[in-house]
Amino acid sequence: MENIIDIMHLNKSFGSHEVLRDINFSVKEGEVVCVIGSSGSGKSTLLRCINLLESPTGGKILYKGQDILDQGHNLNTYRTHLGMVFQQFNLFNNCDVLSNCMVGPIKVLKRPKEEAKEVAMKYLKVVGMDRYKNARPHQLSGGQKQRVAIARALSMQPDALLFDEPTSALDPEMVGEVLKVMKELANLGLTMIIVTHEMEFAREVSDRIVFMDQGIIVEDGKPEEVFNQPKNERTRAFLQRA
Amino acid sequence: MSLEWFIEIIVNNWPMFLRGAWMTLLIATVGTIFGALIGLIIGIIHTIPKSKSRIKRVFLKCVSIILSVYVEFFRGTPMIVQAMVVYFGSDLIFHIDMNRTFAAMFIVSVNTGAYMAEIVRGGIISIDNGQFEAARAIGMNHWQTMVHVVLPQVMRNILPATSNQYIMNIKDTSVLNVIGVTELFFQTKTIAGNNFRYFESFFVACILYMIMNIIVTQILRYFERKLAGNATYQLIDNQEMLRGQKAS
Ligand SMILES: Nc1ncnc2c1ncn2[C@@H]1O[C@H](COP(=O)(O)OP(=O)(O)OP(=O)(O)O)[C@@H](O)[C@H]1O
Ligand SMILES: [Mg+2]
Repeated sequence: MENIIDIMHLNKSFGSHEVLRDINFSVKEGEVVCVIGSSGSGKSTLLRCINLLESPTGGKILYKGQDILDQGHNLNTYRTHLGMVFQQFNLFNNCDVLSNCMVGPIKVLKRPKEEAKEVAMKYLKVVGMDRYKNARPHQLSGGQKQRVAIARALSMQPDALLFDEPTSALDPEMVGEVLKVMKELANLGLTMIIVTHEMEFAREVSDRIVFMDQGIIVEDGKPEEVFNQPKNERTRAFLQRA
Repeated sequence: MSLEWFIEIIVNNWPMFLRGAWMTLLIATVGTIFGALIGLIIGIIHTIPKSKSRIKRVFLKCVSIILSVYVEFFRGTPMIVQAMVVYFGSDLIFHIDMNRTFAAMFIVSVNTGAYMAEIVRGGIISIDNGQFEAARAIGMNHWQTMVHVVLPQVMRNILPATSNQYIMNIKDTSVLNVIGVTELFFQTKTIAGNNFRYFESFFVACILYMIMNIIVTQILRYFERKLAGNATYQLIDNQEMLRGQKAS
C-alpha cells in the first residue's frame, strides 16, 4: 500500500515554546491511525500541521511522496486532498446542510452543480443526515452538526480525513451516533487520522495507535501492543488515568 | 396657527415638498449604497493576509495608512463643514464646478463609507475563527473564503447598523442645504420664506421625514427577516425521496 502522508523530523514552535519535536510517522492508504495523549501534548498542533493550518518550523511533510513544503506547491490544492473535522464542527453558518457539502466541490474543485449535489447527497446519506438537507446549522444538535461536518469533508472526496477530537464538544448521548458513523467510514476503507480521548473506540477501529507526550511521539504501534503491553512508562501512566 | 393653514400650504406647495423629499431620499439612498460598498471594500482590504513579498507588504501598509486617514477625517469632522470644504474646495483647487446633487451624493457616500468601514471591520472580527479555518481546510483561498463564507455572514450582521446609518443619512442630508442642494429642508425653507408660515411649513417637513423613515425602516426589516432565513426547515421524508429517485 502507498503512503499517503510521511512526516519526517517535524518541528513546531510557537515563539520559544517547542510544541512538536522531531515527529516521524507515516500513514498508509486505508489505514486508521488514532492519536492519543494528555491535554497539551501537541495532538491538535500535529493535525493542524499536517494540513498546514499551522506552518511547521522544521522538517518535511510528504504527500504521496512529494514534499509539500517545497516552494511552488499550491497549499490550497493540497488541502483539498485532506478532509478536516473540527471539535467545534465549524459548519458554514450562512449555508444550509446541503450547501455546506456543495460549496467546496463547486467553488474550489469547480465541479458542476448537479454532480456536486449528487455527491453531497450520497455522503449525507452515509452519515444519516440526508433528510435534514434544508436545515441550517443552528437548527441541528451537536451530533447532527458533526455528522454534517463529516459529510462536508467527504464531499470533497479527499484521500484522507483528519479528525480533531470530533466528539469532545458533544453531550454524552450524542457521542455514540458520531462514533458509529466513523466506524462505518473505517469499514469502508477510508484513510483516517483521528485525535481522540475515546479509548474504547480507538482500540476498536484503529490499525495503529500513536501516543504523544510533551510534543514527541512516545509510542506508535498496533492497538493491542500499545494498550496491552505499552513499552513506555509514560504510556502506561496515561492509560491508567484514562 | 390653524388646520386651514396646513392644508393650504400642502395644497399650494406639494410639488415642491415632494421634489424635496425625493431629492433627500435619492441622496440618502445613493449615499448609503455607495457608503456601504466603500465600507465593505475597506473592511476586506484590512483582512488581506500579510504577503511574503516585501513590495506587496509595503504597498498594503501605505494603502492602510491612507484608509485610516480617510476614516479619521470623515468621522472626525462635521458633515456640514465637509460639504463646504468639498464643494468650494473642488472649485478653487481643481477648478471643477461640481454639480450640487453630485457633490451631495459624494459627501454622503464618503461620510457613510467612513462609518461603514468600522462597522464592517467589527462585523468581520465577530465571525468565529472556526469559519475561516473550515474554509481554508477545504482548500479555499482568501477571496473564496471571504466571498462564499465570511461576507454573507458579515452582511447579515451589519444590516441593522446599515439601516441605522440609512436613517441618519435621510435626516442628515438636511445640512446639505448649505451648498444649495434642493433637498427637503432647502425646499421647506424656500416655501416658508415665501409664506412666512415657518412653523406650519416645517411641521409638514417633519411629517415627510418621518414617513420616509418609517417606510425605509419597514423595507429594511423585511430584508433582515429574509436574510435570517427560514425559521423552520422541512424534513425530507423517505417516501418523498424514493419518489424523487424513481422520477429521475
Ligand atoms: N496558536 C498557539 N499559540 C501558542 N501556543 C499554542 C498555540 N496552539 C497551541 N499552543 C500550545 O501548544 C501546546 C499543544 O497544544 P495542542 O492544542 O496541540 O494540544 P492537544 O494535545 O491538542 O491538547 P488537547 O487534548 O487539550 O486538545 C499547548 O501547550 C498549547 O498551549
Ligand atoms: Mg486538541
